[in-house]
Amino acid sequence: MNLFTLSFLILSFTFSLISADKALKPEQYPFSFSKPLGKIDKNSAQRGLQVYIEVCASCHGLKHVAYRSLEGLGYNKDQINRIAAQFQIDDLPNEEGEILKREAIYSDYFVEPYENYNAAKVANNGAYPPDLSLMVKARKDGANYIRSLLLGYTDAPVGFDVGEGYYNKYMAGNVIAMPQPLYGDDVEYKDGTNASLEQEVNDLVTFLTWTSMPDLEDRRSAGLKVIFFLFIMTIVFYLSYRKIWSELKK
Amino acid sequence: MASSKKNTKGIINWIDYRLPVVSFLKHSAVDYPTPRNLNYWWNFGSLAGFFLLVQIITGVILSMHYTAHVDHAFDSIEHIMRNVNHGWLIRYIHMNGASFFFIVVYIHIFRGLYYGSYKAPRELLWWLGILILLLMMATAFMGYVLPWGQMSFWGATVITNLFSAIPLIGDSITQWLWGGYSVDNPTLSRFYTLHFLLPFLIVGVVVLHIVALHTHGSNNPLGIDRKGPQDSIPFHPFYTIKDLFGLSFALTIFFAVVFFAPDFLGHPDNYIPADPLKTPAHIVPEWYFLPFYAILRAIPDKLGGVIAMFSAIFVLFLLPWLDTSKVRSATFRPIYKILFWIFLIDAIVLGWVGSKPAEGIYIIISRIATLYYFLHFLILLPLLGKFERNRPLPESIGKPVLAE
Repeated sequence: MNLFTLSFLILSFTFSLISADKALKPEQYPFSFSKPLGKIDKNSAQRGLQVYIEVCASCHGLKHVAYRSLEGLGYNKDQINRIAAQFQIDDLPNEEGEILKREAIYSDYFVEPYENYNAAKVANNGAYPPDLSLMVKARKDGANYIRSLLLGYTDAPVGFDVGEGYYNKYMAGNVIAMPQPLYGDDVEYKDGTNASLEQEVNDLVTFLTWTSMPDLEDRRSAGLKVIFFLFIMTIVFYLSYRKIWSELKK
Repeated sequence: MASSKKNTKGIINWIDYRLPVVSFLKHSAVDYPTPRNLNYWWNFGSLAGFFLLVQIITGVILSMHYTAHVDHAFDSIEHIMRNVNHGWLIRYIHMNGASFFFIVVYIHIFRGLYYGSYKAPRELLWWLGILILLLMMATAFMGYVLPWGQMSFWGATVITNLFSAIPLIGDSITQWLWGGYSVDNPTLSRFYTLHFLLPFLIVGVVVLHIVALHTHGSNNPLGIDRKGPQDSIPFHPFYTIKDLFGLSFALTIFFAVVFFAPDFLGHPDNYIPADPLKTPAHIVPEWYFLPFYAILRAIPDKLGGVIAMFSAIFVLFLLPWLDTSKVRSATFRPIYKILFWIFLIDAIVLGWVGSKPAEGIYIIISRIATLYYFLHFLILLPLLGKFERNRPLPESIGKPVLAE
């Protein structure tokens, strides 16, 4: 490690320490899944998918999620094929060796918004819009953090220089490269729910919690059974232990 | 029925006459004489063995789906989490199993410290235990690199860079470890190989650990030798059932974490794919390395820090001779008992400062705690054995009441 990289590391380290202090702690919101046995609110997650497709998907990918897995949110195969068909994906090379586009189908993964990393960067002022598949797990207190962040755009305080970015009180350093994406009424919900800003954000966060943890409901319901079984087994072993050892005391 | 039972017995005898597996098990797991007064702190040895087994079984299954390549490692983990049947369960068990393995082993070690289990004639038993700990640390460190998240990459970068502190040959050694000029694909694939290999070495050392244990038998809470058969009970059924109860209890806690807080012990940054151009704000190792990480950072000099960190473990090898007291159990050592608890708190404080940024008050705390860590082993324990007056030892395990 040469002197330059070392000083760069120290500088960026110090900067991140100073800036990390300025971010507010996320506001705690009671989502349907917040409690240990809570579930994903399917209607909310479906609305969140709509917000993702109509707003977020133009910049952010969801590369680890397959369309087929949307069955977990209550869609059937036909509905999923219709959702996927809104996106164009590279087909396999044809007989002439050309790669043509085709509509995405049930078995495809969510189509990436950009051809590659550099294309994504250059289209967004040099800031790569991160993939959202795991965003809830990739941030501390992820669901509350993303919710607070999306609701946390305000005008910068007087004298605060945001440079090329935007002011956000929940972002580390208070400067975020992403302009405010949601304002309310950005989508027209198919189920007639009023698309207020907070409603959109809650729905989106519910959807992204599901993309991060598609195992959440299976995990919790299996966990309940396993813990119940182990609890009973522990009692049985304890009583056997007492019974067997009581022979020693005689 | 009776004749089939007789046949079974005939077959077992036939095998045992040629390959004495049954009499071996009977000798070392059924009839094996064990002190009658072992308390619950003696459960953690068999628990550690159990978690080693869990790690190997889940690890082998994960290895069937994992891809050790920088372009695919992160995605292959997500493939396991989303597409492999119950892959999320296997991986969460493996992730948290590592943490629980360390919890159990640390308790096992502190039990040994409290009851003087490292003293004659069990010095080599103790050594083999420390060797297991070292192998575990290497295995766990390399395992954490495999998902190729941000913490994987930067943790690997920080730790492998430690070797560059060695004078003259440091840089060459680091490049040799990397298989290149930075942590990259060759590093990942060799870490994967070693992560798969080392657990089986651990199994080998565990076998030696058990052989050494069974040579002189378990220590016990009184720390005195057994005087006769009245002080022992057969391992089965007395300790098999006690171990099963302990295991069941531990599994309840373990699975509560696996099912309801599987990412609690991990770091969110490791769900961000590794990016060699972006350093995370805080690079922290897994919790079980934090005390040693604190010692590393407490010393202002890089080489000094590395030496201190490794010395913190190697000093344990010398412990049987640094502790000059002939009395094993802290129960009968009034001053050592206090020092034990202070040392335990010191270790926890080190773990806590290890998780904090190396600045301001945290540096001062980490230096005091590091100093005390070595003071405990190198000064206090050798002196204590000369000055401490122990409480009278009981005559035998069967009659401890007389000494009260």
